This record gives sequence, structure tokens and C-alpha cells, in this order.
Amino acid sequence: MSQFVQQLVNGLSLGAIYALIALGYTMVYGILRLINFAHGDVYMVGAFVGYYLGRILNAGAASSSPSVLNFFLVLGGSMGACALLGWVLERSAYRPLRKAPRLNALITAIGISLLLENLGQLIFGADPKDFPTLVERTSLSVGIVTFSNIQLIVIVTAIVLMLGLQYIVHRTKMGTAMRAVSFSHDASGLMGINIHRVISFTFVLGSALAAAAGILVGLYNPKIDPLMGIMPGLKAFVAAVLGGIGNIPGAIVGGLIMGVAETLTIGYLSSTYRDAITFVILVAVLLFRPTGLFGTTARAKV
Amino acid sequence: MKQRGATRTLLVAALYLAVLLVLGNTLIPFIGPYYTQVLIFIGINIILAVSLNLILGFAGQFSIGHAGFMALGGYTSAALSFYVLAPLLAGFGTGGLISAISEPAALAVSLLVGGLAAALAGLLVGIPTLRLRGDYLAIATLGMGEIIRVVILNTDFVGGARGFTDIPRWTTFTWVFLLAGLCILVVRNLIASTMGRALIAVREDEDAAAAMGINTTRHKVFAFVLGAFFAGVAGGLQAHYLQYLHTNSFTFLRSIEIVVFVVLGGGGSITGSVIAATVLTILPEALRGAESWRMVIYSALLVVMMLTRPQGLMGGREFQWSWLLPGMKKK
Repeated sequence: MSQFVQQLVNGLSLGAIYALIALGYTMVYGILRLINFAHGDVYMVGAFVGYYLGRILNAGAASSSPSVLNFFLVLGGSMGACALLGWVLERSAYRPLRKAPRLNALITAIGISLLLENLGQLIFGADPKDFPTLVERTSLSVGIVTFSNIQLIVIVTAIVLMLGLQYIVHRTKMGTAMRAVSFSHDASGLMGINIHRVISFTFVLGSALAAAAGILVGLYNPKIDPLMGIMPGLKAFVAAVLGGIGNIPGAIVGGLIMGVAETLTIGYLSSTYRDAITFVILVAVLLFRPTGLFGTTARAKV
Repeated sequence: MKQRGATRTLLVAALYLAVLLVLGNTLIPFIGPYYTQVLIFIGINIILAVSLNLILGFAGQFSIGHAGFMALGGYTSAALSFYVLAPLLAGFGTGGLISAISEPAALAVSLLVGGLAAALAGLLVGIPTLRLRGDYLAIATLGMGEIIRVVILNTDFVGGARGFTDIPRWTTFTWVFLLAGLCILVVRNLIASTMGRALIAVREDEDAAAAMGINTTRHKVFAFVLGAFFAGVAGGLQAHYLQYLHTNSFTFLRSIEIVVFVVLGGGGSITGSVIAATVLTILPEALRGAESWRMVIYSALLVVMMLTRPQGLMGGREFQWSWLLPGMKKK
């Protein structure tokens, strides 16, 4: 029992990271009907920006005492850098294809993904790097469960960011515009919404969340490399599909389920199947409920 | 008209076969193993590109699991050869004439079974997902490719994480290009048939095609299964050439590479796929010195191509005989 609860806690912190990535997938899909394959690589770039920022900060602090302030600086810096990256990608690669068949945009997304991975290998080097220690790891125990302060930081940060996103999407003018555009580009355009700006904003938002996930994963599992985005990207994407792609709460629930499923597989089956469980879930969803847990069936118009 | 077309196809096929046999016996021993390997990879990539083009370019269904089918076909045929056919052949003895007949026969059986295994997997994945529209096929094929990989990785019977070694070397230059030619012929003739026209109609507008009485799901599944079959055959050819299989050669990246062949060559153009597969197999060999830049150039090329010439190199056009002087051979 205590092992089960322990795995659950581990799963939730891993799932929170997946959920943050899944949000970017689902928002972009909701608005553009595009699977942004490059999203997992934005997460990778986020982790690497954090790596360099963290090293600079740790070097600057002569006492080399990791502090929570450094964590926030790294988090903010990386989110900002990836927000910019997201904007540039949307502007240069996806916007010219707005009117093109969706297949073209999908292939472009794959191209961008490969480009980021390979440029990453050239610029950062292909060898795994140790993420700098931003927060000293300590263990906390509550009752029968033991967890690290890192897990606590991961979960709390993810919750704060998700609440922030919820606020932006539901309480601000831009969020309202995002929801309008996801219903209909044409109609919202006629209502005076600048569609291009809204789409750019969506990419910026999603990329910033992916960067946050990259930093959190750096704290949690401090080995980063330029190909680290592929698997979590796919898993987060499956999480988005599981929750119903295009649905924001769905992505969060889907991410948490994926994380828990993965740790339970590692704990009770074998770690060799940790990646396979993702795709088993995917196939099951596609077979039994292709619209996902929270998705609604969209009626096709002829 | 029809009669003349059939005669011409037969004539070209006979000529092609003759050229292959002659080349296989004269050129191949002459150029040595390195260039032979490059040629064989060109042939295998042509099969992969043309078969994916049927799914992606003609039927318009985005499949990114071609490497998965390839792995399944490769491992199935390799296992069959290794555990059943090779011991059987050893029982016959290894005389010059006996092996000259029995090896190609064994390879044919092995490739056929590998192709059928891949086709069956295609059927299982295709039926539930091709009913749906949009990106579900992409997601499902991606998942399937990874599942196949993980399952193989955990199957000790075929080597698991160590890789499958000691597969008999039966693949020859002639075989590869014979099957590449067959693949091209099948796809070409299919496209010119009612079935093929229906597939193109599905690609252009699924609703309109359905309104014309086309069973869209059946057509899509058919194209998908046929494409998977040839991918399985290609996997079998690779297995019996390299004599070694490892799941690392069938990752998501391999699938993407095949997509790149189709997209750069031009979706819906067999000629384009053949050219792209050929050029993009030679290019990395020529760029050996710039290994680390190769994939960067590759991916940048893909993006630039999509932005500037989304219809690909050939843009759906096909090779015409009138491009060449009459009487010249194919390719």
C-alpha cells in the first residue's frame, strides 16, 4: 500500500511535467488543428537555456549556494527565451502555411522538430549534460509517504502555472479571443479579432509552459541532452489526445494519468515497458474513445 | 489501345529483367561491396518511398509508421529464414546448382511472409483508425511503430536488445531492383485503375468521394495495407542483405526519412519518389565528411521545401516516355 501511494506521488510529479507540455500541444491543436511536433523540442531548448542560465548564476554566486531565487530567475529566463522561440517559429514557419493543406503544416512541424534536434546536437553537443543544482534536494515525509522537496516544487510550480493559464484563457481579453478563434477563424476575424496575433500568442504561451516543464525536469532528473524532447513530447501528445485534444483541462488530466501509468508500470511491471505503456494507452484511446476523455464529437460540415 | 499498352509493359518488364540480370552478373562483381551496398540501399529506399507514396501521396493518408512495418516484415522474414528455411536448405546440401535455385526460392517465400505479416499489422491498425478523419492515422501509426519496436526489443527469440544476427545473406542486387520494379509497376497500374482513381478522389475530397459512392474506408485501408506489405518486403530485403537487424534502425526517424523521400519527390508522383530516394541515399554518402551537418541540412531542406515548393520536386507529374528518345530503357 505504501509503495502504491509512493508510486502515485512519483507519478503525479512526472505527470505534472507531461501536463505542462501537453497544454502547449492541445492549445495549438485547438486553434490551428495542427500537431506541433516541434513542441517537444521547444521543451528541450527550455531545459538547455535553463542549464546555461543556471551555470552562470551558480558561478556568479561565489558561495555557490543554490537558492530558490536562482530557481525563479532560471525559470523566468527560460520561459521568456522559449516564448520568443515559439513566436519566431510561428512567424517564420507556420504562418506562411496558414492557407496551405494541413499535411504541409504537419510536415513543416516535423522538419522544425528535426532542425531543432540537430542544431541542438551541433550547438549544445550530443553528450548528456548535468543540470546545475538550483535547489538542494532534501527528503520530506508525511505519514507513510516520502517525497523530495523537488517533487513538491515541481507540483506546486505546475499548479501555479496551470492556474495562471486558466486565468489567462478565461478572464482576459486575449484568452477570450483565443477561445473565439478556436471556434472559427473566419467568424472571429469578422468580429475584429486579429487572428494572427492570437495564434502567435498561443504559441508563445505554449512554448513558455514547455520551457517551464524543461526546467522542472532538469531539477527532477538532472540529465539533459538534445534528444530529450522526443519521448516526453510524444507522451505529452498522447496525454493531450487522452484528455481530448484541444481541451485544456483534458490535457492536465491526461498528463497526470500518463505520469501515474508510467511510474506504476515501472514499479509493478518492468522499466523496459515504460515507453510502451504510452502507446498502449494511445491505441486504447483511439479504439474506444477517439475524442478523448473530455472531447466532444465535432460534426463535419460539408 | 489497351492491348498495345499491355504489350509495351511486358516488353519493358522483360527488358528491365534482362538488364538487371546482366548488370547483376557483370557490374556488381566489378564495382565492389561498397558501391553495391549503396545501390542496394537505393533499391530498398525506392520500394519504401513508392509504397509510402501510395498511402501518403495518392490516398492522402498521413502515415508515420513505415519503419514499423519495415521492422515487422524484416524480423518476420529473418526469423523464418533463420529458424526454418536455412536449416532446410542446409539439409539439401550446398551444391552450386542447388543453392542457385533454392536460395532465391527461400528468399521469395521469406519476403512474402514478411510482407504479409506487415500487411496484417497494417490491416489491424488501419481498420479502426482509417474510419476516423484527420490526424488520427498519424498518431496511431506513430504509436504502432513504437509498440512494434518495444515488443521486438523484448523478444528474445529474435535477439531482443542484442539484435538479430546470422541471418542468411540471400538479397542480391538483382532481387532488390526486381522488387523495386515490381513495386513501381503495381503502384502505377493501381493508380491507373478504378481503385486508384477512387483513392485520388478520396485524397482530393473525402465527402465528395463518398457522395460518388466510393467506400472511402475500404479504399483507404486497401492502400494502407498494400503500402505496409511493400514496406515489409523492403525490411526483409534489408535483413537478408545486412544479415543483422536491430530495432535502432527502425525508429521514428527512419519513418520520417521515408516521409521526406515522398514529400521532396512530390506526393503523388512515383517518378518523384524514385528520384528523391535515389538522390537522398547517395547524398549522405557523398556528405560523409560533413556528417554532423547532414541532418541539419536535411531538416532545413524539408522546411524550406514546404514553404517554397510544397508540391515537391515533381509536383504530381510522372515520367513520360516522350521525355526520352523512343526505345530507351526505364529509369
